[in-house]
Amino acid sequence: MSELTEDSVRAEVRAWLEANWNPELGLVEWRNKLADSGWGVPTWPKEWYGRDLPQGLQAVVDEEFARVGAIGVAKAGIRTLAAATILAHGTDLHKEKFLRRILTGEDTWCQLFSEPGSGSDVAGAVTRAEMQGNKWIVNGQKVWTTSAHHAHWGLLLARTDWDQTKHKGLSYFIIDMHQPGVNVQPLKQMNGHASFNQVFLTDAVVEPEFLVANVGDGWAVTTTTLMHERRGADGLRTWAMGSDRKGRAYDEERAEIATTMEPYKWYPQRAGRVDLILPRARETGHLGDPVVRQEIAKLLIMSKSAEWTARRARAAAQQGKPQGPEGSLGKLVASHVARAAARIHTQLSGADALLSGTDSPMNGTIAEILVSVPATSIAGGTDEIQRNIISERVLKMPKEPSIDTTKPFRDVPRNTVR
Amino acid sequence: MKFSFSSEQEEFRSNLRRFLGERSPTKEVRRLMATETGFEPAAWRKLNGELGLTAVRIPEAYGGQGFGFGELCIVLEEMGRSLLCAPFFSTAVLATGAILNAGTEAEKQALLPGIAAGDTIATLAWVENPAHWDAAATTLTAKPSGSGYVLDGFKSYVLDGHTADLIVVLARAPGSSGDKGLSLFTVKGDAKGLSRRLLKTMDETRKLARLDFKGVEATLLGEAGAAAVPFARTMVEAAVCLANEMAGVSDRLREDSLEYAKMRMQFGRAIASFQSMKHKHADMLVDVELAKSAAYYAAAALDEGDDDIVAVASLAKAAASDAAVQTAVHAIQIHGGIGFTWDNDTHLWFKRAKSSEVLLGDAHHHREQMMQHWAA
Ligand SMILES: Cc1cc2nc3c(=O)[nH]c(=O)nc-3n(C[C@H](O)[C@H](O)[C@H](O)COP(=O)(O)OP(=O)(O)OC[C@H]3O[C@@H](n4cnc5c(N)ncnc54)[C@H](O)[C@@H]3O)c2cc1C
Repeated sequence: MSELTEDSVRAEVRAWLEANWNPELGLVEWRNKLADSGWGVPTWPKEWYGRDLPQGLQAVVDEEFARVGAIGVAKAGIRTLAAATILAHGTDLHKEKFLRRILTGEDTWCQLFSEPGSGSDVAGAVTRAEMQGNKWIVNGQKVWTTSAHHAHWGLLLARTDWDQTKHKGLSYFIIDMHQPGVNVQPLKQMNGHASFNQVFLTDAVVEPEFLVANVGDGWAVTTTTLMHERRGADGLRTWAMGSDRKGRAYDEERAEIATTMEPYKWYPQRAGRVDLILPRARETGHLGDPVVRQEIAKLLIMSKSAEWTARRARAAAQQGKPQGPEGSLGKLVASHVARAAARIHTQLSGADALLSGTDSPMNGTIAEILVSVPATSIAGGTDEIQRNIISERVLKMPKEPSIDTTKPFRDVPRNTVR
Repeated sequence: MKFSFSSEQEEFRSNLRRFLGERSPTKEVRRLMATETGFEPAAWRKLNGELGLTAVRIPEAYGGQGFGFGELCIVLEEMGRSLLCAPFFSTAVLATGAILNAGTEAEKQALLPGIAAGDTIATLAWVENPAHWDAAATTLTAKPSGSGYVLDGFKSYVLDGHTADLIVVLARAPGSSGDKGLSLFTVKGDAKGLSRRLLKTMDETRKLARLDFKGVEATLLGEAGAAAVPFARTMVEAAVCLANEMAGVSDRLREDSLEYAKMRMQFGRAIASFQSMKHKHADMLVDVELAKSAAYYAAAALDEGDDDIVAVASLAKAAASDAAVQTAVHAIQIHGGIGFTWDNDTHLWFKRAKSSEVLLGDAHHHREQMMQHWAA
């Protein structure tokens, strides 16, 4: 086999796009072609819709797609975490049934991890799954579940053994969200949106083949999902932005963004919209204010340095070097950047920061930044938990003394739910 | 833009780290910083000869090794880690930069081989007023005299100014102002009419001097009246180099504090097991890694001729200043009472961090420089 180089891959993808990309195709039809050819997720394994391309060459493929404006596979949302988890731990049946429809965007997913009594301490889940007859029967409550209101499938963490220690009593399931035992109630957020939900599980059914890995291995699988979630955390900005080109596929992509992607439309705002800082400073006449200039400069320095840190980490990964500390910092830094940006947006807006919706600058965008940024340091693991992870895993500092991991879980003190 | 080091560069770094670790333990740093010269000429010449440090960035045509800022900045980061007492920044960054940026072909041929070989210790003298790092504030005058010039006035905060064999001096034509009428000159360290006084410095590993010029004979470097541009370029390069040195200082402070926290026991457990300590260390890691990324990016930007280099250099210097000082403050705190003692080594790097914070302009200054490019 000829060796893969940047040039050979570029030529190959370019030729393929030339022969196949057509904006008048239906979105799903086009994405099926991507799945069949492997160009939609080229770094995935050959037998599962990919081409086994090294991570380092993904950028070449992205560039060629961008050059002709070709739409990619459905990427945003929990579905990418589902795909990564299934690729790592799923059976062939899971891969066959779920991966293609994730890529085409036909299915959306949600992550049923957090519960009223356990968020940071997600291994403290008390939702129970019990084998009755030959099915798993699930009872409990999940909360802050993004996209649950339209998801087809859920990644479910549930307790299957109460006599085991905390982490060993957990199992991981894929649950059909469209069934009588699953009741989804929208949960209004402080920014007025309701992209997350409460999910009540009452004798909900999971087919035995939809257990992921073995009974009792739920924590290891959860860790995979969470790791991918944290890694993706610095890429939130580009979500949910459609193109304004003409063609059926573009129309359908816009429709997708307006519906299944709807919960994510405020996500760019939660990252602080650093891109709006200089234009807003100019527009509000603050660009000459030396105090404001210092604050803006601090933010730009932090956000540029964060971007370069992420690229350093990627460059090291591409060279096959072991991950250095620079690869673990993105999520925490994203919180700092978002907070600093929100502070400056407030400063720039003056009394306009008192307003919201259509009365607020940029038709509500500025107000939305101010009330969305707090999500960044909570969702996907709080800043405090990130600091625990960095200090324990990267810096090898002693773990917190734990009083809950050695005894049977039923004896562990926990929140009482109602 | 390059975001990673090649395996040759990594190897260069690890060799250097080992070498400097052996040659410059803190015992040696403490011995040398207490001397007036601040380094040992014979020992420095030997070390420099073995490693070719001052030659790294000098083109081969002038007796150097012809590497770029990528390699020079590796040296600087390792110098920051080891606090090697040597006239390196003055010679290899400031004077070499000024000569390369301003000098004619013949001048480079005449001046650089001695620097590359480690025979010439050189520096750049430009600051006079403590509030100004820019060329426009220059008042020292140069008057034509015979075939050369004579210099009158003073310079201060001159790195290794009391020991340099060769001093590059920024001066202006009488009656000129601003960026006009500026020229660079070279002066011998033992020139007649030049008096040099070692200043007492907070960071004793960084020697500074005040130089008084009374009718000192000087040789023009480059074009008369046209020094503003090459000088500014030299300052941009120096800011990037210092940012990389500071990355080394910060990383060393962070690592030493981590090691101490893992070892020090209180309340029956290592202080590293307290969550406030763990979170502080996580924050320090963020500060240091971000500053490193900026410093590395800026070095690559210099090598690749990035149009944005002036803003990027200031960005890197501002990021490094804040990170180094913040890390230094945390480092002393983490060490507790022993951290405040003279015998504990932490203050050596604390002082280097504070000194570097100010040298070449502090973070406020550089943030404003950056904004002038990005938000005019
Ligand atoms: C916008 C948004 C979307 C979300 N989407 C989802 C989703 O799709 N699926 C899902 O499962 N969950 C989701 N979550 C939930 C999220 O993962 C949790 O809110 C988060 O992990 C924190 O858990 P908690 O809310 O229970 O807070 P707690 O764990 O009770 O934390 C409260 C405070 O205590 C601190 N704390 C807790 N433990 C420690 C410790 N060991 N050391 C130091 N401090 C500690 C925390 O940092 C925090 O400041 C979402 C949350 C938000 C805000």
